[in-house]
Amino acid sequence: MFAGTSLLLTAAAQAAEIAAESGAAPHQSGGLPQLNSHYFSPQLFWLAITFVTLLFVMSKIALPRVGEVLEERRDRIKRDLDAASRLKAETDKALADYEKALADARSNASGIAKETREKLAAETDTERHRVDDQIAAKLREADKRIAATKSKATSAIGEIATDTARAVVEKLIGQSVTPDDVKKVLRPVAGE
Amino acid sequence: MEQFEIRKLVDLNFLGHDISFTNSSLMMIVALLLISGFMIYAMNSRSLVPTRIQSLAEIVYEYVAGMVKENLGEEGMKYFPWVFSIFMFILVLNVIGLIPGNFTVTSHIIVTFALAAMVWLTATFIGFWKHGFGYLKLFVPSGVPFWLMPVIVPIELISYFIRPVSHSVRLFANMMAGHTMLKVFAGFAVMLPWWGKVAPAGFMVAFTGLELLVAFLQALIFTVLTCIYVNDAVNMHH
Repeated sequence: MFAGTSLLLTAAAQAAEIAAESGAAPHQSGGLPQLNSHYFSPQLFWLAITFVTLLFVMSKIALPRVGEVLEERRDRIKRDLDAASRLKAETDKALADYEKALADARSNASGIAKETREKLAAETDTERHRVDDQIAAKLREADKRIAATKSKATSAIGEIATDTARAVVEKLIGQSVTPDDVKKVLRPVAGE
Repeated sequence: MEQFEIRKLVDLNFLGHDISFTNSSLMMIVALLLISGFMIYAMNSRSLVPTRIQSLAEIVYEYVAGMVKENLGEEGMKYFPWVFSIFMFILVLNVIGLIPGNFTVTSHIIVTFALAAMVWLTATFIGFWKHGFGYLKLFVPSGVPFWLMPVIVPIELISYFIRPVSHSVRLFANMMAGHTMLKVFAGFAVMLPWWGKVAPAGFMVAFTGLELLVAFLQALIFTVLTCIYVNDAVNMHH
């Protein structure tokens, strides 16, 4: 680009030189100084020198440095934004995880509570059944005992009555009777 | 028109060519040093958070880069240093030329014409380099009825070849007219008695502000047109 530009400008300078030599005399007075072709070549020469130097300094030194800084800043901002969005995603994930864990724990807890309730109810039921059975068994036993006591008592009444009758008869007739005799007499009464 | 006069400072000769160092050369060197010094000094710290002068350099960079991207697209960024140099060179020459007593390099048609010719030749060269003879299609706009071609093609041709002329004369004429205007009003201010000096002097203050705007605007226009011409050559959009 420098070579091309300087070539262009020097070519223009030479063309102007030719025009100047063929044309007006130097130090022309009057008219616009801009049209005095005598000064075309030095202007073009210095224009070429300064512009090509400027182009060189700008493209090789000054502009890359600005570009670098801008690039770096853009990268930095992009990196920071990326990091921020990554952190945000992480936070969102953590939050979702937390909420999920919370929901899990909640459903777990209610499950455990239900299970415990059911287990306790079942335990209570079996215990009640067992106790019911025990009570029933005890009742039956008690009934049996009552019945036995009752029959024993009934039979005891007969003996007491015999003894009493013997004693009464002995007192009345002054002679002892055998229990068998008394029984013989009493049986029909007691048997009824 | 003494302000447009070229004065030799050092008489130089190279193989019979006059390459004297003149007041014009001096201003070009000053512009070169100002731009290079500014761009390099501003980026010295290269800090991530820019200092004031660094952000100024970055603003100029991004401004011109935006102009190039807008007109030439991302791949046109390889022309960016060239466009940037044109913009800064013209801008600084225009602005330092406004300082009273300074010479305005861009008020000379030969300088603006050389720059415009450089742009035009570069664009034409890129056009033929990229598209070969297909570049000539630029003069045959698509969608134009066949019978209009004999009219359109010469117009397109003329408008293409007149580009360096309009490109250079626009800048040169604006610079010259502005400085001439300032000179004329300064002349009034000098000639009039003390009570009459206020009006032209006030006008000059206002007009100098306007000229500052014109100095920037003409550099901008020259650069935008450069982008447009190069875009024609690169992309052949018409």
